Amino acid sequence: MKSRQASKRLKNGLFLVFFSVVSLAYLMPIGIVVINSFKRKAYINKYPFSLPTGRDFVGLENYRAGVEAIGFFEAFGWSLFITVGSVSLILLCTSMCAWYISRVKNRWTRAFYYLCVFSMVVPFQMVMYTLSKTADSLGLGNPLGITVVYLGFGAGLAVFLFAGFMRSVPLEIEEAAMIDGCSPPQTFFLIVLPILKPTMVSVGILETMWIWNDYLLPTLVLDQKKYKTIPMAIQYLKGGYGSIDWGLMMAMLVLAILPVILFYVSCQKYIIKGVAAGAVKG
Amino acid sequence: MEKTLKRWLPLFGLPTLAAFTVGFLVPFVMGMALSFCRFTTVSDARFVGLANYKSILGDGDFLHALWFTALFTLVSVVLINLLAFSVALPLTKGLRGTNLFRTVFFMPNLIGGIVLGYIWQLIFNGVLAMFGRTLTYSPVYGFWGLVILMCWQQVGYMMIIYIAGLQSIPGELYEAARIDGANPRQILFRITLPLSMPAITICTFLTLTNSFKLFDQNLALTAGQPSNKTQMLALNIYDTFYSRAGWEGVGQAKAVVFFVLVAGLALIQLYITRRREVQQ
Repeated sequence: MKSRQASKRLKNGLFLVFFSVVSLAYLMPIGIVVINSFKRKAYINKYPFSLPTGRDFVGLENYRAGVEAIGFFEAFGWSLFITVGSVSLILLCTSMCAWYISRVKNRWTRAFYYLCVFSMVVPFQMVMYTLSKTADSLGLGNPLGITVVYLGFGAGLAVFLFAGFMRSVPLEIEEAAMIDGCSPPQTFFLIVLPILKPTMVSVGILETMWIWNDYLLPTLVLDQKKYKTIPMAIQYLKGGYGSIDWGLMMAMLVLAILPVILFYVSCQKYIIKGVAAGAVKG
Repeated sequence: MEKTLKRWLPLFGLPTLAAFTVGFLVPFVMGMALSFCRFTTVSDARFVGLANYKSILGDGDFLHALWFTALFTLVSVVLINLLAFSVALPLTKGLRGTNLFRTVFFMPNLIGGIVLGYIWQLIFNGVLAMFGRTLTYSPVYGFWGLVILMCWQQVGYMMIIYIAGLQSIPGELYEAARIDGANPRQILFRITLPLSMPAITICTFLTLTNSFKLFDQNLALTAGQPSNKTQMLALNIYDTFYSRAGWEGVGQAKAVVFFVLVAGLALIQLYITRRREVQQ
């Protein structure tokens, strides 16, 4: 019995050591970027794995110059505005729509549901050219307009997930509310919405991860001279001839990752749960 | 209730329906139609039949991108799922530190493709510099660079899904198997794997479509260098549209082919793995 316990403890110890080493290695790339963000650019490409010492240490100079070169804080503002705006719009509109199509059963609502499922396998390249032209002609090439584009292109997954969850919600509660005199909007906002909360978290996280990091759609839809999101600002550093100032690049990568990590650390539990739940239903 | 609700279509259905029409339906139908046209702006489109599709067949870069993408997808789907599953197994045993490790492995997934591409460009170039080479020296480097990048990004995500799947397998099954004298190997192949099929279906679906449609990472890591030999399909289509004037029609035809490939692959994969799912 004793030897068995000892072997179990040894196994646990090995597990802990092994995974600690792997985890550290896993985080290394980010650490290397952070270290290099304090180096003079000439030293980054040649010696990316050495610590900045003496002459090649430039302090926060890369950050100062980088923020200025790409207008980082402005890009951060637009990214935040577009992500929060689009995700709120998606959550509100698609949950209402999904409730409608799961409670009103006819040919049209069923067709719309299948169209949503269909849209999930259509790659963005299929519609990118025509979508950017359509958005342009409707005057949607600004941060407010792009939220509508995101609602349109992101509706498929959201409606699919909400409608899937709705199937397991008993009709009786809603019927009771309506018999007691609730109008459909009251029934939705007072009864259905609270029940939908866990799915809201899933959909919200999946759509946030997509929109915050999206590069191609905003590049094609937005007026690039006026508005840039963070991924667009980073890609802008590459310049026309493919030459990159690696000092600025490192500093801007750190600034781009920082908000993501803060967001992750503060809602880590919801993110992991939301992803697992969203995937299982999909 | 259905009757009362039906009248509320303008409030509940219309916003999504309108946006879906503008953001998906119209561009999709227009895209289909334009693939049979020659155009530089949408208004000057002229019907040319299958000419655009014919010029795809003679486009060496596109055919290379197709082959490159297919190989990349195959390698990354296998690697990501193997790694994710083998990390998920020990992380469901309730050992100390499990939560921390899960958090760490999932983290890269939240970082965007463009940012990821540049992070790894620095690292690969740093390693290759020791041998006097760069990432764009040979397409082989670009290929494995993309594979490593994809693994780093996606293993954590798939691990979370596998963990959820593994945790839904009832404990009695393992107990019964052990009492019956099954060894760990038999338990893995006769119980764990068959009952993880739903998770395997989802994970292969996600890795397959993500890899096949990869764009941001490809653009930031190598941008197709050297001489378009590490260009994947999505990037090739983008280049056809935006850096070759007069080729918009061909670009749209490529996009249609791309869509058919993605949809076809996804359906075949779902059909194959769904068939292997078992009832508990």
